[in-house]
Formats: sequence, C-alpha cells, structure tokens
Amino acid sequence: MVDSGLPIRVVLAKLGLDGHDRGLKVVARMLRDAGMEVVYLGLRQTTDNIVAAVEQEDADVVGISMHNAGHLTLGPLIVRALGEAGLAVPVVIGGIVPDTDLAELEAAGVAAVLGPGASVEEVVTTVRSAAGRDGST
Amino acid sequence: MEAPEPGAGSSAVAELAEASRSGDRRATARLLSLVERGGDPADEVASATQAHVGEAHVVGITGAPGSGKSTITNSLTTLLAEAGHRPAVLAVDPSSPLTGGAILGDRVRMSGASGAGVFIRSMATRGHAGGLALAVPGAVRVLDAAGFDPVVVETVGVGQVEVDVTDAADTTVVVVAPGWGDAVQANKAGLLEVADLFVVNKADRPGATDARRDLDLMLDLSTVVTRPGTGRPSITMTTATEGDGIGELAAAVTGHLDLLCEGGELDQRREKRRIAEVRAHLEHLLAGAADEALATEGLQPVQASESPMMAARRLARKILG
Repeated sequence: MVDSGLPIRVVLAKLGLDGHDRGLKVVARMLRDAGMEVVYLGLRQTTDNIVAAVEQEDADVVGISMHNAGHLTLGPLIVRALGEAGLAVPVVIGGIVPDTDLAELEAAGVAAVLGPGASVEEVVTTVRSAAGRDGST
Repeated sequence: MEAPEPGAGSSAVAELAEASRSGDRRATARLLSLVERGGDPADEVASATQAHVGEAHVVGITGAPGSGKSTITNSLTTLLAEAGHRPAVLAVDPSSPLTGGAILGDRVRMSGASGAGVFIRSMATRGHAGGLALAVPGAVRVLDAAGFDPVVVETVGVGQVEVDVTDAADTTVVVVAPGWGDAVQANKAGLLEVADLFVVNKADRPGATDARRDLDLMLDLSTVVTRPGTGRPSITMTTATEGDGIGELAAAVTGHLDLLCEGGELDQRREKRRIAEVRAHLEHLLAGAADEALATEGLQPVQASESPMMAARRLARKILG
C-alpha cells in the first residue's frame, strides 16, 4: 500500500464551554465522505484531552470548532499545548471567526480558519492541505 | 523524538519499539500506525515487539450498536487505571465501503478514561469484516509490548455473526441492553454462544431483568460447552453511565483470567488466536489476488455457458497456479 492511499486522520473537537456541535458534526461527515478517518471527540474537551488524543491517534490534523468568541484565547492555547507536547500537528479552526481576527490567529500558529460559508470542497481542500496531502485523501 | 518515516528500516522501528517500551506514547502511536499500514513496516514492528508480548490480558468487548460498549470500556478502564493498572483501549469503528472514510466516535464516551491516563487508540476497519480491523492482533501486540495491561478491544457495533473478537481476545464480554431481543433471539446461533461474560447494560431501564432472564434461560438450555475451561458465563448488570456494576464486571473479568490460567486454557486460546490471525492475513492476500484476477482475466459474457461458480473455479485455478 502506498502512502497516498492511506486515509488522513483528523481529530475533531469542541474546546471548553461551547455547546454548539452541529457544525462540527457536519464537518465530520464531510471529511468522512472525502475518505478521511475522523476521530470525533465531541463537546467540552480540555486541551489535555485533545493533546492526548492527537498523540495517541497519530493524527495528521486537529480541527477545533468555536462558536463562543473564545477563539483568540483558545486557538493560541491549543497550538501552544500541542507545541509543548512536541506535537507538530496543524490546527484548523472552524466556526464564527471575524475577519479582523484572522491575522492574529495566523500569527499564533493556526494553520487555517474555515467560516460558516465554507463549501464542502473548501473544507476538504483546507484539511488536505494542512495535512500536507494535497491531491489525495 | 522525531518519528522515522515508514520504510525507514528496521533499526528505526526498533528504536521506536524501545521508546514505546519505556513509556513514550507517541512512539507507541507511531508503531500502531505502521501496523495499520500493513506490508513491510508492519512486519518490522512485529519483529521488534515479538520478544515482549504475552503479558497483557486481552479483553474483547462486543455487542450491538448503542448497547454501551464504549461507556462500559470507559468506566472499566478508568476504574482499573485508578486501581494502579495500565489499561489501553483499541476502539474499532467501521470504514465506509464507498469512500474508505470513517467516523471514529468511541472517544466521545471516553473522556474520563483519557483523563485517567488510559491509552486509547481508535481504529477503522478499513474494509475488514467480522467486527474488527485486520490490524487488531498486531496492534494488541504493540500495546502489550509497551507494557499496557489489560488491553481492551472494543469491536464495531455487531449483529449476530461477527465473532472475530473471540479469536483476538483472551476474554470476550458480550454487552446487551434491555429490549435487545426475546428468548428466541437469545437462542439463535452466533454471538451469544461465544461469550465468556455477559453484561446487561442500562440496567436502570425497564426490561433489564427480562434480558437477564432470557440470557439465563439460554445458558440453562445449552447442551454444548462452547467455551471450555471457564464454566458458565456470568451475567453482570451495569449502568455504565453511573459506574454501577463496573466493580463487579472488573472482578468478573479478572476472575475469568484466573480460570483461564488455572485450566491451561489461556495457552490454548492464544494458540488458536495465532492460527486465526494467520488465516485472516491469508484470506486478505487471497482476496487481493481475487480482485486482481477479476480485473485482469475478466469474465465471459453473461450469455456464455460459464456459470458464476465455473468462472470462480477458473479464476481460482489461475490464482493458485
């Protein structure tokens, strides 16, 4: 089996107190239908829990969904926590993020941000690209 | 440490195996990925871990979708971790036959275990039938060699005939929930015949005692010993979301291992497991050869006098030379 034939593994989670998981479930399904293996953690995850999952699951990408305006705090927090654990795994944030915050998130090391209008193709391409696996599943 | 790329050679894999044994969880995770990859990398991992396996009690947890396998696995491994054990979990979920993608959702119920330090790995079936992934036995060896004990293997949600877990585990726990079926269901062939231990989960719901009675009756009627050496399977009532009955389940699991050891049955089961694993890989290789033969040799037109069975024999002769 060649590398490009192996599924991309993505950890998806909601970080902290944020009960809106419909978007994350939709994204999970999009990525599944694109042939990826989605490790779905769901609601109210801690950074420790996410870091442990990323490490144990040997994930290629971690996707965090945020609808509680906490992205400028929690985005950099999870990037830092992964870094401190020695895990060079790209973080993609999805949810409600104002354009004015994009530069700050990028500077903090967030790989990409997907907003509410993102198409299936955009979501899949962004995750593949973050995984360094453009043009494959 | 920097994980070596796959195919980087056996010395890199040996280093990973060494790191994994000394508690480096990322090394363990990388080894599991190599096992899933199959082929040469998986062979290298097998060689590197072979000398350090056989210590872990392998516990299979199986049952219908939604019966509570993940919640039970969470409560059981949390309890064991808090008691000083080092449990690990392999949680298997199905891959899509259409896209190969999968939603591995077992961790949703396992935040508690994760917080208690339990090593959890989700695994997609990647086209393998029978309730497990082809890579499960190899992955169990990686976790065993890394010093985890017990290794709990949670199957996909199964129906009636997916009994592969009995070949992969020392102890097979079958979980049912109230309303799962009646006394006739309980006596159908398949999954229920191969249980070492039963759990009636969601015991706080109506119908739990009925489920227990139906299982008991089924066991009363059994005239063959399906699982030799360990006596009649016990039935534990649990409400896994509350942790109720989990202590009893842990005791039943440990008690089963003791019985296996006393009777010498453990070694026999593990020998059967080894044969089953070889067979599974053999089937996988033959299935690949069959796909290739179908693609290259093709079939006669439908009208031709060659029946499907005859075509299969012709292709089989081609494959097997």
